[in-house]
Amino acid sequence: MRWIWIDKFLEFRSGDFARAVKNLTLAEEHLHDHYPGFPVMPASLIIEGMAQTGGILVGEAKNFEEKVVLAKIPKAEFYGVACAGDQLIYDVKVLDLRAEGAVVACKAFVNGLETLLADVEIVFAHLDNSRANQLFGPKNFVFTRQLLGILDLAKAQQASLAEPAKPN
Amino acid sequence: MATQEEIFKKVQSTLVDALGVDEEQVEPGSTLQGDLEAESIDFLDIVFRLERNFGITIPRGELFPENLTSDASMIADGKLTVKGIEELKSRMPYADMTEFAKNPVVDNIGDLYTVDMLVKYVADKLASK
Repeated sequence: MRWIWIDKFLEFRSGDFARAVKNLTLAEEHLHDHYPGFPVMPASLIIEGMAQTGGILVGEAKNFEEKVVLAKIPKAEFYGVACAGDQLIYDVKVLDLRAEGAVVACKAFVNGLETLLADVEIVFAHLDNSRANQLFGPKNFVFTRQLLGILDLAKAQQASLAEPAKPN
Repeated sequence: MATQEEIFKKVQSTLVDALGVDEEQVEPGSTLQGDLEAESIDFLDIVFRLERNFGITIPRGELFPENLTSDASMIADGKLTVKGIEELKSRMPYADMTEFAKNPVVDNIGDLYTVDMLVKYVADKLASK
């Protein structure tokens, strides 16, 4: 299992805003356990998807030089559920970004932008680089190739859309 | 110009949002860590919220100083030395040191972070805007 809880970026404005999409399918094992016969996306994984969207947004603002970790969720309000077959859209806006960390406001919508599913606020901290290097080494364990691949994919898709289609 | 009471009310609501406490729990003398159970990461959240709510800029380490006890010459037998207390006063000018200075146990430094300290800090920031 890969710990990636967003499928694609739909929009990315550096240091400001990101919109990502997450499709829910019955191929995902956890939906069969949560709950048997009623496959609902766990709220914790929706928050994780928002945190990945926000974490990449915050990390990119500093060229992924900081180790950005989820520090606190001061607010998480859910107004409904999302089931297998639904599509989630995560909107994440940077409220504040400074040397020590960042705070983002997130909204989750289900099946379009009309139905608000969740309203969440996330505080990220930048790990102290000298201490983090002692504990984890110089490698940026937060922004793995796998996670950053989502951003690369979005860039590649954007580039391919910008190019005129070539006949086969 | 906001009055002290107006600033307190806004600091109070800031702490209610940041720490999930009830409004009645937030009194001028409440300590952030002891009474309101703030953890270290909450300090970052509080800084973010104060900046947004009051439209002020809080430079890193100005409100909540970092590495306060990293200098060994400032501590002896678990207490701050005279030099240590002077250093602390200069780095936390908004904190009330009266009680702490009588028995300056390092582990009690956290008690200096009070609601009143935040109010004084914000008032000073707003006055110098």
